[in-house]
Amino acid sequence: MKGMSVIVKKTAQLLSAMIFVFGMYIITHGHVLPGGGFSGGVLLASSFIVLILAQGKEYIKLKKQREATSVFESLSALLILLLGISGLFAGSLFLFNNYLPKGQPGELLSAGNIPIYSILIGIKVAATLFTIFLALTIYKEEVSK
Amino acid sequence: MDDRTLILFIVLPFLAAFSIPLINLVSEKAKTFVVAIVSLVLMVLSVQLVVRSPESTLYIPGGWYPVENIPIGIHLLSDGLSRFMLLIVNTLAFFCAVFAIDYMKQYTGQKYFYTLFCLQLAGLNGVVLAGDMFNLFVFMEVAAKSSYALVAFGVKRTEIEASFKYQVMGGLASLFMLFGITMLYWMTSTLNMADISLVLRTSEIDHGNTIRFAQLFLLAGISIKAAMIPFHAWLPDAHSSAPSPISAMLSGVVIKALGIYVILRLFINVFEPDVFISQVFAVLGGISMSAGVILALGAWDLKRLLAYHSISQMGYVLLGVGIAMGVMASGGSPESVALTLTGALFHMINHAVFKGLLFLSAGSVEYATGTVNLKRMGGLARALPLTMAASFVASMAIAGIPPFNGFFSKFAIIIAAVQGGYYFRATLGIVVGVLTLASFLKFQRYAFFGRPDPGISIKEAPLLMKFSMVSLALLCLAMSLFIFPDIRAIFLDPAVRTLLESTDYAIKNLHP
Repeated sequence: MKGMSVIVKKTAQLLSAMIFVFGMYIITHGHVLPGGGFSGGVLLASSFIVLILAQGKEYIKLKKQREATSVFESLSALLILLLGISGLFAGSLFLFNNYLPKGQPGELLSAGNIPIYSILIGIKVAATLFTIFLALTIYKEEVSK
Repeated sequence: MDDRTLILFIVLPFLAAFSIPLINLVSEKAKTFVVAIVSLVLMVLSVQLVVRSPESTLYIPGGWYPVENIPIGIHLLSDGLSRFMLLIVNTLAFFCAVFAIDYMKQYTGQKYFYTLFCLQLAGLNGVVLAGDMFNLFVFMEVAAKSSYALVAFGVKRTEIEASFKYQVMGGLASLFMLFGITMLYWMTSTLNMADISLVLRTSEIDHGNTIRFAQLFLLAGISIKAAMIPFHAWLPDAHSSAPSPISAMLSGVVIKALGIYVILRLFINVFEPDVFISQVFAVLGGISMSAGVILALGAWDLKRLLAYHSISQMGYVLLGVGIAMGVMASGGSPESVALTLTGALFHMINHAVFKGLLFLSAGSVEYATGTVNLKRMGGLARALPLTMAASFVASMAIAGIPPFNGFFSKFAIIIAAVQGGYYFRATLGIVVGVLTLASFLKFQRYAFFGRPDPGISIKEAPLLMKFSMVSLALLCLAMSLFIFPDIRAIFLDPAVRTLLESTDYAIKNLHP
């Protein structure tokens, strides 16, 4: 499969960037607007998935990408836990200790630890979904050989 | 009392799980030791928890205080029973992890194995520590999901089929559990187990049969997780097709933490013990005990034979629990209940040790010969002297031969049955014990004695595998010491007391 027609490819490229930016926006505004880590992460993953769907699976080296996404997945989960543990040292609560400065409600830089959790969850969800997509694609490729 | 060490039992395995793929990038060898180190730390911590003080401790990660006297948020609770289970889980996990270091070299994709092992450990610790129904459910799922993946780890046809069967049955069980939990929440408007217990015992509203309905849903869910006989279909496949260290974990710990522990916690601490439920347990226990051992007698696949024995031995524990609940509900003497519960819990910890050891020695035999079919083995006594000695100890322990640990716990359960006036159940216990001995003599005879098969090349087990087996064999002997009251007072009595003083559960654990 060499991918779809030129029109689809170009549109997908344009769209992909916009979806990516929108995903970033949803993630970073998780504490002030509806949405957050999970929904933003899904958008991030789908921006990559759109590209692969349009360009065909030879566009990138799938296996190499999957290893990279696995690393991001573990790394973000690890960072979430470490942030939770840092709360244990800063006070006595695990994961729920919001010890960073709270700021003004409604501002982008506010709500203490929550935006950081939001961003890490965004990375985690994006990496996980993309890993699942790649794993299924690679599996199909290996079966059809 | 605020006890921060409790969170370590959940966080450390999770940390290890997510750092293993990263450690794997740096060093392939280092990652194999991570699980062993983490579980060693947790084992030491759990021993320290058990020895330190018998008082129950609570840790609330969110730090939220009760709203209108209803406790909210996550509660981690360690009382006698939880600590006892933590000890079993982490000890066996340590020996399995050490065994896995050498054993898993024959597989590819090892980093996934270690990650899943850690997740399973985290789930099991979470189940045991959870103080509210919802977290109990969530951690049950964490443990169950990683077990599904671990059962299919070999990705052969039979293994994937076993994993699929396990997933379908496990999913059904979770659904039943969730439905039961929902109904309880609807009736009591709280999820905290101590609070549910308080509400159910003091409320003036008559729930009538609704509570029985919820109980039956929970019962169905847990019965599948604990693999009692009419619900056991997934167990022989799943336990026999997982890699051996995982079989040991599944048989030794998972069916106890997800099954028997939840039964004890819910049906003795949360609900008031009643005669009907106690009879259900005693009957299920009796059937599992006898049918499990009969199925085991006909099995020629070594690991399948051991899996059937897990059903049978869990039947003993369940029989003990059923008798204890029956005596409790009919207002019998606390001494008699205490004896039965001590027997049941003692048999549970014994089973973890000797069944763990049996699966590890089966793994060692499989490693040496490449087969688990008893008919194709033979004469391994000369080639694998250590494995033979270890599995002999475990076989005698499971068959209930003194001076090994299994004898004392079975004896306690049978004596308790006689004291309670259940002569048929006591006789059944003895008969099943004899049949167990028969089937393990078959295992010893076909695997280690007789004429060696010339077509099979044998390699001796590596050092770390031997270390695990020998330590567990020594534990089998050492645990006989639990019959001395001083040692029992440290390890078993706090757990029995938690169950015995079940009315205090709510009062102690809401505001400790």
